Amino acid sequence: MRIRDPAMFAFAALLIAAVGFAQSWNVALAILNMCLVSAIVALGVNLQWGYAGLFNFGIVGFVALGGVATVLVSAPPVEDAWRAGGSGLAFAALIGLATFVCAGIAFFKLRRGRVRALGTAAILLIGLFLYRSFFDPAVEAIESIEPARFGFLGGFGLPVLVAWPVGALLAAGAAYLIGKVALGLRTDYLAIATLSIAEIIIAVIKNEDWLTRGVKNVIGLPRPVPYEIDLQNSDEFVSAANSIGLDAATASSLFVKISYGGLFLVVLLALYALSQLALNSPWGRMMRAIRDDENAAEALGKDVSGRHLQVFVIGSAICGLAGAMMTTLEGQLTPGQYNPLRFTFLAWVMVIVGGAGSNRGAILGGILVWFFWIEVEYIGAILADSLTFWLGEGSALRMHVMESVAYMRLPTMGLILLLMLRFYPRGLIPEK
Amino acid sequence: MDVLQALIVICNFVAVPALAYGSQLALGALGVTLVFGVLRFSNFAHGDTMAFGTMVAILATWWLQSLGIGIHPLPTALIALPFSIAVTAVLLLATDRFVYRFYRAQHSPPVIFVAASIGVMLLFHGLVRLIIGPWDQNFADGERFILSAREFKRATGLDEGLAIKTSQGITVLAAIAIVAWLYWFLNRTRTGKAMRAFSDNQELALLSGIKPERVVAICWIIAAGLATVAGVLYGLDKSFKPFTYFQLLLPIFAAAIVGGLGNPLGAIAGGYLVAFSEIAVTYAFKKVFRYLLPEFLEPSGLAQLLSTDYKLAVSFTILVITLLAKPTGLFGEARQ
Amino acid sequence: MTGGYGGGDIIFGCEIEAGDKEIVVIVGPNGAGKSTAMKALFGMVRLREGTVEFRDEDISALEPQDRVALGMAFVPQTRNVFASLTIEENLEMGAFLRPTGIKIAMEQVYGLFPALVEKRFQRANSLSGGQRQQLAIARALMTEPKLLMLDEPTAGTSPVVMQGIFCHIRNIASSGVSILMVEQNARKALEIADKGYVLVEGRNRFADTGPNLLANDEVRKSFLGG
Repeated sequence: MRIRDPAMFAFAALLIAAVGFAQSWNVALAILNMCLVSAIVALGVNLQWGYAGLFNFGIVGFVALGGVATVLVSAPPVEDAWRAGGSGLAFAALIGLATFVCAGIAFFKLRRGRVRALGTAAILLIGLFLYRSFFDPAVEAIESIEPARFGFLGGFGLPVLVAWPVGALLAAGAAYLIGKVALGLRTDYLAIATLSIAEIIIAVIKNEDWLTRGVKNVIGLPRPVPYEIDLQNSDEFVSAANSIGLDAATASSLFVKISYGGLFLVVLLALYALSQLALNSPWGRMMRAIRDDENAAEALGKDVSGRHLQVFVIGSAICGLAGAMMTTLEGQLTPGQYNPLRFTFLAWVMVIVGGAGSNRGAILGGILVWFFWIEVEYIGAILADSLTFWLGEGSALRMHVMESVAYMRLPTMGLILLLMLRFYPRGLIPEK
Repeated sequence: MDVLQALIVICNFVAVPALAYGSQLALGALGVTLVFGVLRFSNFAHGDTMAFGTMVAILATWWLQSLGIGIHPLPTALIALPFSIAVTAVLLLATDRFVYRFYRAQHSPPVIFVAASIGVMLLFHGLVRLIIGPWDQNFADGERFILSAREFKRATGLDEGLAIKTSQGITVLAAIAIVAWLYWFLNRTRTGKAMRAFSDNQELALLSGIKPERVVAICWIIAAGLATVAGVLYGLDKSFKPFTYFQLLLPIFAAAIVGGLGNPLGAIAGGYLVAFSEIAVTYAFKKVFRYLLPEFLEPSGLAQLLSTDYKLAVSFTILVITLLAKPTGLFGEARQ
Repeated sequence: MTGGYGGGDIIFGCEIEAGDKEIVVIVGPNGAGKSTAMKALFGMVRLREGTVEFRDEDISALEPQDRVALGMAFVPQTRNVFASLTIEENLEMGAFLRPTGIKIAMEQVYGLFPALVEKRFQRANSLSGGQRQQLAIARALMTEPKLLMLDEPTAGTSPVVMQGIFCHIRNIASSGVSILMVEQNARKALEIADKGYVLVEGRNRFADTGPNLLANDEVRKSFLGG
């Protein structure tokens, strides 16, 4: 390890501490928690791009699947909704399955020709209508159950931490299906294919209200850490807080954030350790060999597409895990927030800033980029204020500049990406 | 049964909108395919280039409107077009100078260009939001319809109307004019032929004395023109919103890939294919069936295959089928 | 000249000279640096030492396009036509740097290669291997070069086609163009050569007139297979 590497992490810590002093420790810890989650996403993306050279532009989809898993696992079940539409949905699912089986049989058993094409199409079409005839009323029934509060099936009411591995599994499952279809493609085709799959996943989450309440959001998901209000009602906690000179309200919210941070740090360190082990194992060397020269690796008898699928699934699972953690942290699922510009491409900036192929780099990139993503607005506001104060309070130009600050994030990230690619193409902490 | 009414319904709700949307996609896909043919990378910034060009056109339109200049019944945005194309071309040339040229000199692999185009995409997208904001902007003025449903009904005496919006008419005419010009340019002019030669075989183009930087510059200028026109037409037809333009990237890429990247004719065909599929699959055919089928067979539902919320799934399906069945596209990809 | 691609040098202090209206042939074993020497002469490979002179002018610093403008032309071994362009467009691109006289040059070139005339509006990828080679040479001739450089013009062609190409080359030379070519079919090439170079491991090994090299025992044994 070079001496510069820990220094850069220290710098990142310093930045967050500076926010603690300048703004508030509550803000600093909130940023830190999201930095940790971002670092996990970056580790996942680094696995795909840095180790294997795979363009995954569908990160936001996998993150969103992690969020859905959190709802499905931890939200309390809405029993009325199950009663109203559960059987209908089950029937619909059976019909869907049967349709695919029949269509599959028709496709593989019949001889190639017009009969096969028309027959398969007819089975699919009839199946679709049958499916819809059960699915639509069931959905309608579910969505009409107390739409203001529920209107969806709810989840299994399990502890929310269970959702983290489930989120990873859900994302892994989706990645397996996608990878099976798309991984053979040329890099830029893979990028476009994954980009559009992610958009479809997001569309499903936004529109299938019976599953996720869509844009109405699912709020009040359970937490793995205590609630502020319970802490404030606990005499023990209040006296402990007072003894270090904090009032109960501040102390409780700090305590909650630190608890989340602790959980996230454990996950991050565990993933980092695993990634390092993987990187330096024969498997990791093989991955890099494939990345550097696919044809040569293939000629040496390496199973290139198998390895690619593997790393694609693992990396996406990590994104799913991070997505579940993010939703847990927020305590609610907000499908409207899943924007590819914020998730997918920001994660790319993180990996490229940190250094593709280097795990420490990915973590550093995740932390730094998230920090600036949040703080660009704050820094920009100060800059804009000090640059335009001479214009006077009522100046239209000054007002416009101050308003524009809110949109400084994306161009800043684009600029950072371009500057890094140009001047530090190997990132802050290059791969060895 | 009333076949005529059914046909009019289909024309009104599927054929006419798809023709306009397809023309917009075709122009967008032409830009992508041209950049791919000459520079050999998939330009992810194209959607946001469209957004940028449209934004300039909107600003210029507002300015012209404030001066009271217009070309009623046509939308004012049309006279803003040349200016916005010029501004976008300057932006793209500057981007090439400061971003892509460096990697060209390094002979970087295409993935680096794609990564750089992501940076450019974020930059453009941010720039647009910074200047005009992330909201919807409607800048269509002038006469709204060439043929309104009411006029049509009165003239024909039918129950169903057929409406053609001014923006749709302009879109189709503009697309025909631009495609014809591009065809003439690529096949009849020396510069156009040099561009095709460069796209076909860069090394030999160098050996023939074709100046690569000139070809690249012209390619960016044409791409700027195509992107701006496509963006403005789409905005006139629907409305302008930066994020929608980013999302247009997907159907545009689907169109370019279906037709074979680097193949202009393919891009046009791909644009219409994607547009017609998207609109046909997401249209509720209930009304059509009402005219065609006897009463007892009428569908109880909307007879819609897919909700419009999932229209991206259509481009995606077309994309995947193409990539799996014929990765070079229906009309063959430009080789390199 | 000394130079090579990014990594190490491939040619070392080798000297090649072609006089007016001469046919000069470079032969040698595989990997001797023949193609690299050609590319170095044309500015497609960076020279580390040495100079390239053309008509008493030092052109070592010029880009390939500028050398085309001076009257040099190069036909690569592979991918030497614009496959998706028509024959006529290929020729037009060959004359890209000429402001005028394209029609006349085209008629002359069609005169040399009559087989191309009837296919002038077909795409180049519809041509047979031999016709493709003809088109590649024709494209290079469109600038009316003083020096035509050919990289293995007969690679992968049948003996009949090869004979035809050598015949064309001789015709071109007699019309006043100097020719410099790398050839695998050393014996045949030396037969029509005014001058020949034998390149081994990036250095000049022998340099003499074509007939003399053919007569040289050592050259015959080592490079011409007896």
